[in-house]
Amino acid sequence: MAVKFDDLKVGTEPDSRNYGPLTRTDFVRYQGASGDFNPIHHDEGFAKGAGFPTVFSVGMLQAGILASFATDWLGPANVRRFGVQFREQVWPDDVLTCSAKVVGRDESARTVDLELACVRQTGSVAIKGTATFVVD
Amino acid sequence: MVDKSAIGATDEPFEMVVERGKIREFARATKSQSPAYLVEEVPVSPPTFLAASAFWSPPGNSVLSGLELDVRRVLHGGVEYVFPGPPPAAGTELTIQTRLDDIYEKDGKRGGTMTFIVTVQEFRDPDGTIVAEARNTLIETAKPPEAE
Repeated sequence: MAVKFDDLKVGTEPDSRNYGPLTRTDFVRYQGASGDFNPIHHDEGFAKGAGFPTVFSVGMLQAGILASFATDWLGPANVRRFGVQFREQVWPDDVLTCSAKVVGRDESARTVDLELACVRQTGSVAIKGTATFVVD
Repeated sequence: MVDKSAIGATDEPFEMVVERGKIREFARATKSQSPAYLVEEVPVSPPTFLAASAFWSPPGNSVLSGLELDVRRVLHGGVEYVFPGPPPAAGTELTIQTRLDDIYEKDGKRGGTMTFIVTVQEFRDPDGTIVAEARNTLIETAKPPEAE
């Protein structure tokens, strides 16, 4: 059921959602979909050689998951802006919790501004995001 | 020190077709539960889908190639996508051009200088109208990233 503009107030939050535990297969599937084949995300030897304990996720994967969380809520055709800042790496077996909150609302343009977060099971923030959606 | 005279440089425009199957693949890879990406005959693309334009960019065609960045020290700081209307839908033929928008420095928390490189990609439809813009920030850290 589509969310209506009048349902959204400053402070409105949808139910958060968990993703994962993330697997190496999730990383590889995203790399195949996006065309970013940096071996540090799937080649154990390469990652260790670069000084990391193991491979880690593609930042744009968790950005895409956060985007999916937002468009699942307010509609794929309604997004007008989506931005992220990468804060911390995401590792195999991580469980990510995505959350959102309405922080702005423009009555005449029928848009809402969101703050978004993608948090690891440790409580630390992997990604912070902002978005704008137009809502009927 | 990165050469700031490169600010304003652009790459060669290239074309990309937004494909339905690719949208489906991308939506699944990013764990969307929205049926719109899967069942609509002409789905819009997901918000970060245009990252897949990497598949269409000719090799060596990058505004970054002249900067002599140390790739071992380069991190992706962030990205912002702006859509004047709905994101480009399946079947849309896009022309893409990237501009080196800004280069600036900040002192690193652990000493040294971090360099920030901002690129802006413009995505135009066949009428020449901008239908999406991607602003990426890359960070060259002062020294190689250390494992935690």
